[in-house]
Amino acid sequence: MREMTAQQITDVVRRLCMEANCHLPQDMKARIEESRDQESWPQAREILERIIENYRIADAHDRPICQDTGMACVFVKVGQEVHIQGNLTEAIHEGVRQGYDQGYLRKSVVRDPLDRVNTGDNTPAMIYYDLVPGDRVEITVAPKGFGSENMSQIKMLKPSDGLQGVKDFILKAVEDAGPNPCPPIVVGVGVGGTFDKAALMAKQALLRPAGSHNPVPFYAQLEEEMLEAINRLGMGPQGFGGKTTALAVNIEQCPTHIAGLPVAVNINCHVTRHQTEVL
Amino acid sequence: MPISLTTPLSREQARTLKAGDSCLLSGVIYTARDAAHKRLCDLAAQGKELPLDLKDAVIYFVGPTPARPGEAIGSAGPTTSYRMDAYSPTLIALGQTGMIGKGKRGLEVIDAMKTHGAVYFGAIGGCGALLSQCIKKAEIIAYEDLGAEAIRRLEVENFPVVVVIDSQGNNLYETGRAGYLESQG
Ligand code: SF4
Repeated sequence: MREMTAQQITDVVRRLCMEANCHLPQDMKARIEESRDQESWPQAREILERIIENYRIADAHDRPICQDTGMACVFVKVGQEVHIQGNLTEAIHEGVRQGYDQGYLRKSVVRDPLDRVNTGDNTPAMIYYDLVPGDRVEITVAPKGFGSENMSQIKMLKPSDGLQGVKDFILKAVEDAGPNPCPPIVVGVGVGGTFDKAALMAKQALLRPAGSHNPVPFYAQLEEEMLEAINRLGMGPQGFGGKTTALAVNIEQCPTHIAGLPVAVNINCHVTRHQTEVL
Repeated sequence: MPISLTTPLSREQARTLKAGDSCLLSGVIYTARDAAHKRLCDLAAQGKELPLDLKDAVIYFVGPTPARPGEAIGSAGPTTSYRMDAYSPTLIALGQTGMIGKGKRGLEVIDAMKTHGAVYFGAIGGCGALLSQCIKKAEIIAYEDLGAEAIRRLEVENFPVVVVIDSQGNNLYETGRAGYLESQG
């Protein structure tokens, strides 16, 4: 058994919250810069230039890239051979509390969806655990803004809707979202599983590096095809017109029931943030 | 060339702006999001005095990150505007002439803009670090208990915005997209 303390977990989560909010991952920067180079519409190119300037300022001054520093989504893979002294879940919330305070990040969480009183420290985090073989703990913090979260959709399609139904639903979600989620966007898609599993896969798809592909060639091709279809819609950066409506489409799939075809589309913006550390 | 505008923004000036115009705003603007809008409209419904003068005012839909010591404000980009659709017509009728946000607006808002002469500006969503450099001063003037959602009085210099919907109802989200698609043949 490898021993770890709750304090170690808190320290990592605190650091990851600050890192993720101020520094865009390299894969996102590369995709944005590539899109800028491929964008022929002058106004669209100009907006992509501003977006690049923005993350450079954030990098240089350790400033939040966006003022919506999100709900802290925390994905934890815990090795079966690890023993954590203390309360792991509380340690993660404490890391978020400290990170959002010390990093001058916005506190955007209300304690109840209907009475809407701000918790004042951005907790609770949304935590997902996975138990995995080994003696390590991998923690990913992905702050999720709600301009894009609010534009996400889920639908229980019929098996007879098939591939075309899935494609239509993805395009509909992007079209309905329009300029609201700060395009260019990243589109996370979960196909299969149950109602909840599809939504979780869609969110996990957003953690994949932009420009990476599903290991199954059929789905990799579908990702390419959907990215091209979305970028033919003409909405462009900020919805002011142009090619670059989306930077990536990431699809995750899983077995499902004979009677079902769940599809979830989780929309994220050009500020697709996540940082990972392995202990 | 961007159009330089200084607030307050009169109705006459607002009516001269066209969808697609790039503008640089200087002067005083006010911040408000969902919760502050709700409180303002509740006060107005009760016929009570508002904590700010809405005549010719520009409201920026933003909830900034906390300022670090020695800085005026933290990151401060626009939030999605449709959540303010229920409230904007009331405030426009009370004198507001400009809104800054991002994303679509409802028909009732656009009708109020046409009737009274007001414009909807877009700032680049997700560029809060960049935009905050144009904010020289920030001061909470109401609802401090709302934290990021408090009403702030901002002094801005050359704050970059684009007219998304003008006082005739022309909409850059429609015309910009159509223009690009046409160019693609
Ligand atoms: S959608 Fe993304 S870029 Fe836009 S305000 Fe929200 S977090 Fe920021």
